[in-house]
Amino acid sequence: MDGAHGSARLSGISKSFGAFMANDDISLTLAPGSIHALVGENGAGKSTLSNILYGLIKPGSGSIEVNGKQVSFDSPRQAIEAGIGMVHQHFMLVPTLTVAENIVLGSEQTALFRPLPMRNLERGIVALSRRHGMEVDPRALVSSLSVGGQQRVEILKILYRKARILILDEPTAVLSPPETEGLFGTLRSLAAEGRSIMLITHKLDEVLAVADTVSVMRRGRLVGTMPAAAATKVKLAQMMVGRDVLLRADNPPGESGRVVLSIDNLNYATPDKRRRLQDLALKVQAGEVYGIAGVEGNGQSELLSILRGTRDPEASVSGSIELEGNPLWSLTPDRIAALGISIVPEDRLKNAVIPELGIRENLLLGRHAEQAFHRGFGFDRERLACETERLVSEYDIRYGAEGNPPLSSLSGGNQQKLVLARELERPGLRLLVLAQPTRGVDIGAIEQIHRRIIEARRKGVAILLISSELEEVISLSTRIGCLFEGTIRHEFSEREVLRGRLEGSGFEKEIGLHIT
Amino acid sequence: MTPRNLRPFIPIFSVLLALGLGSVVIAATGTNPIEVYLRMIRSTFGSGYGFGQVLFRTTTLVFAGLAVAVPFRLRLFNIGVEGQLLMGSFAAALCGMALPAGVHPLLGVPATLLCAMAAGSLWAITAGWLKVGYGVNEVISTIMLNFIAQAITGYLLTNHFAVPSTVHTPAMVPGATLPGFDQLLGLSWHAPANLSALLAIVVSSATAILFYRTRYGYTLTASGLNPEAARHAGIDTDARILWAMAIGGAIAGLGAGNLVLGYKHCFESGLTTGAGFMGIAVALLAGAHPVWILLSALLFGWLDYGGLTVNTLVPKELFMIVQAVTILCIISFSAFFRGRPAK
Ligand SMILES: Nc1ncnc2c1ncn2[C@@H]1O[C@H](COP(=O)(O)OP(=O)(O)OP(=O)(O)O)[C@@H](O)[C@H]1O
Ligand SMILES: [Mg+2]
Repeated sequence: MDGAHGSARLSGISKSFGAFMANDDISLTLAPGSIHALVGENGAGKSTLSNILYGLIKPGSGSIEVNGKQVSFDSPRQAIEAGIGMVHQHFMLVPTLTVAENIVLGSEQTALFRPLPMRNLERGIVALSRRHGMEVDPRALVSSLSVGGQQRVEILKILYRKARILILDEPTAVLSPPETEGLFGTLRSLAAEGRSIMLITHKLDEVLAVADTVSVMRRGRLVGTMPAAAATKVKLAQMMVGRDVLLRADNPPGESGRVVLSIDNLNYATPDKRRRLQDLALKVQAGEVYGIAGVEGNGQSELLSILRGTRDPEASVSGSIELEGNPLWSLTPDRIAALGISIVPEDRLKNAVIPELGIRENLLLGRHAEQAFHRGFGFDRERLACETERLVSEYDIRYGAEGNPPLSSLSGGNQQKLVLARELERPGLRLLVLAQPTRGVDIGAIEQIHRRIIEARRKGVAILLISSELEEVISLSTRIGCLFEGTIRHEFSEREVLRGRLEGSGFEKEIGLHIT
Repeated sequence: MTPRNLRPFIPIFSVLLALGLGSVVIAATGTNPIEVYLRMIRSTFGSGYGFGQVLFRTTTLVFAGLAVAVPFRLRLFNIGVEGQLLMGSFAAALCGMALPAGVHPLLGVPATLLCAMAAGSLWAITAGWLKVGYGVNEVISTIMLNFIAQAITGYLLTNHFAVPSTVHTPAMVPGATLPGFDQLLGLSWHAPANLSALLAIVVSSATAILFYRTRYGYTLTASGLNPEAARHAGIDTDARILWAMAIGGAIAGLGAGNLVLGYKHCFESGLTTGAGFMGIAVALLAGAHPVWILLSALLFGWLDYGGLTVNTLVPKELFMIVQAVTILCIISFSAFFRGRPAK
């Protein structure tokens, strides 16, 4: 093995979908030993570019050189053989297999019926993971791992296949701050051995913290490449969006009204008796944003499933949960929606959209019971088309095709914008529950989305915001509850939040103490 | 891999390829395949009798295909159409026997059809209920229910209802039967094609409307494509599963309208001739689209009857091989092109 050195050079890469140029004449060099960040608005063409390098999409024109050799991939298999590895945002692991089994899956190097030398493998995996600061137990089942743990398995999997060029598409979107720190340590250590790493992210702080070089894309074009040391957050944001961006939306204090959602003594235990919520209590008033800060896995998903009426029927739950005095227990999701409750779930692809259907049909999902969309036994298609058009322009949802393209052809961030638009525009909205509302959304769109949220708040909607993004929680919330192991461990009052907002990172640290 | 605008032609390619391969099988036995196919065309579409036979078989296959297509909207494989058709036919025959002799057709026919639908529905919904309540895979349960249906109808027929020393039930009252096209239009086809052919067209259009033009159809589509998201959107996916199976079973039962009400006027052993299984191939070739099912059923109906007419040129067993090869080709060829991920 000639070390772990890897480099790639993309020259003049173009790719169009129909008349729409997703990548327009892009040239980029990934140098050995460096972390190269790729940033840009939603739909700028980042995923397209990385998919081209990984052999998932064939470029329309342009050439790719890997380790000095001209290549042309027909499939990811060839890319993998050439030493390229990719971690997708949506993990591709088999949950019922162990970590070690997942890692060797697809590259078993023994005769068909000979057992795999698992012992050796496990030892190798432990050594590899230690060297790069990744904690994993090779015998653990993947289903028992946290998101961060699963991501480490994905990285180990591509290292096991001797990848020397690593592509990570929005790897930190689902990680908690300490997990992100861990990942960056790993990436630095991998780069130090000569690998080259392409990191796609929307979080500019991360770019500045970990990358050596940064490239900015806008509307399919590369608008600049510079050393990360020479970049600032404001400058990058400007290059991405093409205008000045308010990094923190203006959030004047408002009037909070009656209590809309009140949760008391809420307990939740999984069928195998693990307690996920313990005596959780909180109240959300009309016209306020109640922010729940916390590391994922501290009961957020369970709370959401109760609010939504989709909790595991075998889980044991107790306590009270009321919307303006009416119990929400045992209501089905359609009844809950009809009460004027909108929920943006954390896992968009799984819970909020149907990728195969068009954007119009997706706009209807969960709102299909609204009379306004009905005509006869079916839907009022014209009205639906109009409404879609309105939301697409108001929420600046961008996509290449005309008409009603399938949702899957929208970039990740634009899918998220569509879900938000749909939920924010629900008629008679009283309670809005947002879980990770800006996950995967670019900095310009975050600004817009935050403005919309604040606008809804001012109109008197009660908003429950669940986010692992402390900055987001701080800049939007009226009050903040710190969720730890299924209970609100500490609550910051409106006054404390207002003061903390001015304080900056000190306040983040203070919250951090209550959630770890 | 395939460009979007080529997709609609996949079934046509598949059929052509299948006919080609069938020719190879025929040619291998020393017969000229072109002669065989020409004879098939002449003897089916060339005469009223042949056409009526094809139409008759097509009608059953339309019902069978739709009975597969409706549950497939939810990604459920209804392998149990054969059993549902058997139960429906048996129920229809019994109902038609039990009705008073002078019943008016406007009363007798709907009542008999309702019985058939209810029986088919009940049989299918059993599988749905096992799936929703206990997570039993519908493929396994519907296959098992086929066996049970076969056994029950066989037992009841031989031990209780058959006319002594025959294998069929007594004839139904005239008011429970559907007229054939001969009777209806004054033709002399002497073929079993009957009014239920029109019923098949109506049911297929109704299914298309249900799928593509109603809100309920939208919720079915959503539940099939992403059940998790559908549940979150307030769609009761379990109820959809039960209903889709129930509707599928009812349509399978309607097949009795053709076989029993329109033709035999009684239940007879071997009545269904495997049409329920053929329905799976019909639906697959049509991509489970209710309107394309009409065409796809016509193709299979033609192969089914056409095979009989070339008996003198090609042995019956050999033609069964040709039929099976054709089905296999069609299924695998379409799966090969459709089954790939979009990118
Ligand atoms: N299969 C496709 N058909 C049509 N258009 C497509 C397809 N795939 C991507 N696009 C379009 O290409 C553009 C670039 O998409 P891409 O996924 O590369 O964006 P991105 O930079 O990764 O955005 P995000 O940050 O939101 O993930 C988008 O406008 C998208 O709508
Ligand atoms: Mg992307």
